[in-house]
Amino acid sequence: MERNWGIAFAMPAVLGFFLFVLGPVVASFFFSLTDWNIGGQMNFTGFGNYREMFTEDKLFSKSLFVTLYYSLGSIPLGFLAAFIIALLLNQKVKGLSVFRTIYYMPVLVPSIANSMLWLWLYNPDFGLFNSLLNGIGLPGSQWIYDETMAVPSLILMSTWGVGNAMVIFLAGLQGVPGHLYEAVEVDGGGALRKFWHVTLPSMTPTIFFNVVMGTIGTLQVFDQAYVMTNGGPNNATLFYIYYLYRTAFSESEMGYAAALAWVLFLIILALTALVFRSSKFWVYYEGEGR
Amino acid sequence: MTMSRTRAVSRIFIYLILIAGSIVMLFPFAWLLRSSFMSTAQIFIFPPEWIPRPFEWRNYTDALTIVPFGRYFLNTMTIELFAVTGVVLTSAMAGYSFARLKWPGRNMMFGLVLSALMMPYAVTLIPTFTLWKSLGAINTYLPLIIPAWFGGGAFNIFLLRQFFSTIPKDLDEAAYMDGANPLTVLWRILVPLSMPAIIVITIFTFIGTWNDFLGPLIYLSDGDKYTLALGLASFKGMYNAQWGYLMAASTAVVAPIVLLFFVAQRYFIEGITLTGIKG
Repeated sequence: MERNWGIAFAMPAVLGFFLFVLGPVVASFFFSLTDWNIGGQMNFTGFGNYREMFTEDKLFSKSLFVTLYYSLGSIPLGFLAAFIIALLLNQKVKGLSVFRTIYYMPVLVPSIANSMLWLWLYNPDFGLFNSLLNGIGLPGSQWIYDETMAVPSLILMSTWGVGNAMVIFLAGLQGVPGHLYEAVEVDGGGALRKFWHVTLPSMTPTIFFNVVMGTIGTLQVFDQAYVMTNGGPNNATLFYIYYLYRTAFSESEMGYAAALAWVLFLIILALTALVFRSSKFWVYYEGEGR
Repeated sequence: MTMSRTRAVSRIFIYLILIAGSIVMLFPFAWLLRSSFMSTAQIFIFPPEWIPRPFEWRNYTDALTIVPFGRYFLNTMTIELFAVTGVVLTSAMAGYSFARLKWPGRNMMFGLVLSALMMPYAVTLIPTFTLWKSLGAINTYLPLIIPAWFGGGAFNIFLLRQFFSTIPKDLDEAAYMDGANPLTVLWRILVPLSMPAIIVITIFTFIGTWNDFLGPLIYLSDGDKYTLALGLASFKGMYNAQWGYLMAASTAVVAPIVLLFFVAQRYFIEGITLTGIKG
């Protein structure tokens, strides 16, 4: 009786896993071994797609580089800013909820509207940024229209969304048990010692989890490249998913796109494994005792 | 004396940084709003002005009628209705089954379902697309709705399972004594007691669907069927330099979400915290 109910209730989720997760993952691996082009024949080519990717396809390495560049720029910057703001807000400031709302609000802006707004902010002739720079006598920039500035511009744009991590960190900080601070005080420790021996160790699991999830997220940016730059100028913002999208849906090369997807999958898997393995050196879990 | 003096100074310093940061955060919003009310003539004045003179309400009425934004809104809400319902119902059922009911292979299945968290959507994208294509479901809402009825996402299942596990089992057992079946236990006991989590899932699914761009972009080709996000992006293609229009349309897409936030702020903060703090 209980058994049947249990299976029935879990059925949609289990079916969904096979139908929309495991099935497609396996299928995309098979696709990746073919030269399948929508409307054309499907021929088995072994690891030909992968070989092409790593030896001939300059756009593949470019898109990988651009995506990692974006990730490595926006993750540390965003999390550092979020952590500092959360620390400041945790100092029993007045108007906490007002500050929290203001810092969180940008996160609410849907990414397409966000892209539209920043496109306009970065407008070289009449945008806010160049107007401000010119106002104080500095030269403006071409921002996303400039090959070297394009990715840094998008990194800067991503920091507008620090609010999400900030709210998480703030909740984490508020959850640090007060008796730990008191213990440091009894030992005559000051603010710096409290931060180093209590705050930071208590926060490492939260920081760790969010850095992993954040990195996986930034490796999959798409909307900005689609709306703001079309991958340009000169492929400077050819983010990985954008390249994959173009291969699959503009050039209809499904086999090759599936191979691209699998490489990203393996990169994310390797990265996550790496971070998890290294975590024991720098993440402190309460009750672990070391 | 000096101690409290340095304290006061450091507090002033904290407020200064927080206020400066707040101004930086609000600047783009101010730019969005001011541009949305400006005529083309005023928007291209240098140095830029901050107050629209006069307020160009026409940007909104024009922008929202040139392309059928009302239609896009209805389309989006149709998808929302079916997707959110599916996610909440099936994730609650699965969460309940994994938390409370005993059946062979349960824990292994739970582990499998959770492993979906690690899969980038890119890796499932192409086969899923070809599946819908072979079913003739391209240019319908089915690909955007049906998956929501299959468990509603690993994370939501996980969240509800955790929530249900904190509710005393005595309550279920008392209900079973009175002849209840698992469905009534879920519906009458666990769901009402887990309302905060259910509301969080509802809100975040709503926002995720509202903001989804790649899904509609791939599956919808007919202009009539566009969602707000897709409609906004295509609007940009048509009115490339009409920044007044573009900012008015963007504001119209942002506004409902901001409104939702102010109505349900408590659940937002709770939700972000739930999703961000390691389980």
